[in-house]
Amino acid sequence: MKSFRFLNPASLDEAIALATAPDAGDARFLAGGQDLLTEMQEHLAEPDRVVNLKSVPGLDRIEAGGGRLRVGALATLVRLEREAAVRARWAALSEAAASVASPQIRSCATLGGNLCQRPRCAYYRIEEARCLKKGGTECFAYGGSNKYSAILGGGPSWIVHPSDLAPALVALDAEIVLRGAGGERRLPLEKFYVLPADGDVTKETVLAPGEVVTEVVVPEPPAGARSTYLKFRERESYDFALAAVAASLVLQDGVVRTARICLGGVAPVPWRAPQAEAALLGRRLDAALAKQAAAAALAGAAPLEQNAFKIPLTKTLVERALLALAR
Amino acid sequence: MRPLRLTVNGDTLETAAPAHWTLLEVLRYRLGLTGSKQGCDKGDCGACTVLVDGRPQLACLTLAALAEGHAITTIEGLMPLHVAAGGDGPDPVQGAFDRCGALQCGFCQPGMMLSARALLNRNPCPTRGEIREALSGNLCRCTGYTQIFEAVELAVAESLGVAPAPRAWEEQRMKPAEAQEQARRAAAALAAARERNDGGPGARS
Repeated sequence: MKSFRFLNPASLDEAIALATAPDAGDARFLAGGQDLLTEMQEHLAEPDRVVNLKSVPGLDRIEAGGGRLRVGALATLVRLEREAAVRARWAALSEAAASVASPQIRSCATLGGNLCQRPRCAYYRIEEARCLKKGGTECFAYGGSNKYSAILGGGPSWIVHPSDLAPALVALDAEIVLRGAGGERRLPLEKFYVLPADGDVTKETVLAPGEVVTEVVVPEPPAGARSTYLKFRERESYDFALAAVAASLVLQDGVVRTARICLGGVAPVPWRAPQAEAALLGRRLDAALAKQAAAAALAGAAPLEQNAFKIPLTKTLVERALLALAR
Repeated sequence: MRPLRLTVNGDTLETAAPAHWTLLEVLRYRLGLTGSKQGCDKGDCGACTVLVDGRPQLACLTLAALAEGHAITTIEGLMPLHVAAGGDGPDPVQGAFDRCGALQCGFCQPGMMLSARALLNRNPCPTRGEIREALSGNLCRCTGYTQIFEAVELAVAESLGVAPAPRAWEEQRMKPAEAQEQARRAAAALAAARERNDGGPGARS
């Protein structure tokens, strides 16, 4: 790891000032460090300054009440996984948190870090491969090893977004709060992520330099709402999603009143499936309807050479998630 | 160079290291505590697992500076802490690993035992599924894990004062009915203890 200046700000304003000072160089915010340190260990990130957000008080709250759940960016995944209120009312979020990596990583990893983590594509993670994500001219996955790549929203980069929490929070209609030198802005979490074709291909989010994720706000689900997160991994333990689905439904006498579905592991961003949601509305949720919604969710899929398997896999996950919520 | 004051295994230790050194590097190359292993150095293998305020954490993905002010437990501290808490000899997890042959090369063992200790502190009567989940961040390339899970189950059974479910190698030498009966008694004792503790996972975090 390259050496850096390690700074412990006492407030968020000081943290932002330290990261944006004219002499800051390449400054990075450190939360749980479970992604940033892997990048630093492998020389993918070589910051001049590391600004420690753990020294800023008040960024790690988990607060349910007043019709919403507020989770500070520094709340750890192990707390999201175990917090009784989250398990009871925002099940998709606690299930997603429990599915992340290993117990060791969940002890440290934070909400903000999970939402901002960098791609796990092998080409991106190999220091020597100067791929599109690292300022190169080519996405090596496109014509190379693409078993794990995107089947939706791909091009000119075919990474998949690795976050488990992001699809769950999009399905739960969360809002993200960002703070920078220019003040605070709030946006739907869905709008936080950018497709490679729509923005700077070297980034996955709209986060500006010197800007910090401070919290996520999730509305209280209405009566009768249920949510779940289903993740498929190549092995039972400690892996990123080959495909995942987060679904949040309001059912009334078996009939779908509202539906939000978001896919993970299949696109460069958490992939909302509005056609699937529309297919469900106003109809009785049974096996046939779940199948129809799953087909709608994957209708636009465009697999590469090695990842067509993700289509039936993801369809099955969507069906299973919907039927689990109907029970 | 950055001065560091770390609380390791109950001792306050003062040292200094460059700002970019990880907790693992400081433990091994400044404090001489080489029980925490340097395997992949990027969060994949779990060989560097230590406890930070009782929770398992990867020392290779923790900057040493961030460990200041927290109670760190390494494998070197497991027996002294057990003795200091009134116990006798090694931590029950260590004794069970020994008696179950839950190792070959031993490289994963410190991390495995610390993950197991963290689990048992939080959930004293885990099921096999909970043990598997708690150890899922620790890779072992020798044993195939069976003896490791059995070792944790042995530590649990001994804490409840019952015989553990027969281990794979014992089962082969027992009459089937006898093996089943011993497994049934162990399962019943575990279920009763879980009932008493009202606790499954997350009962204490």
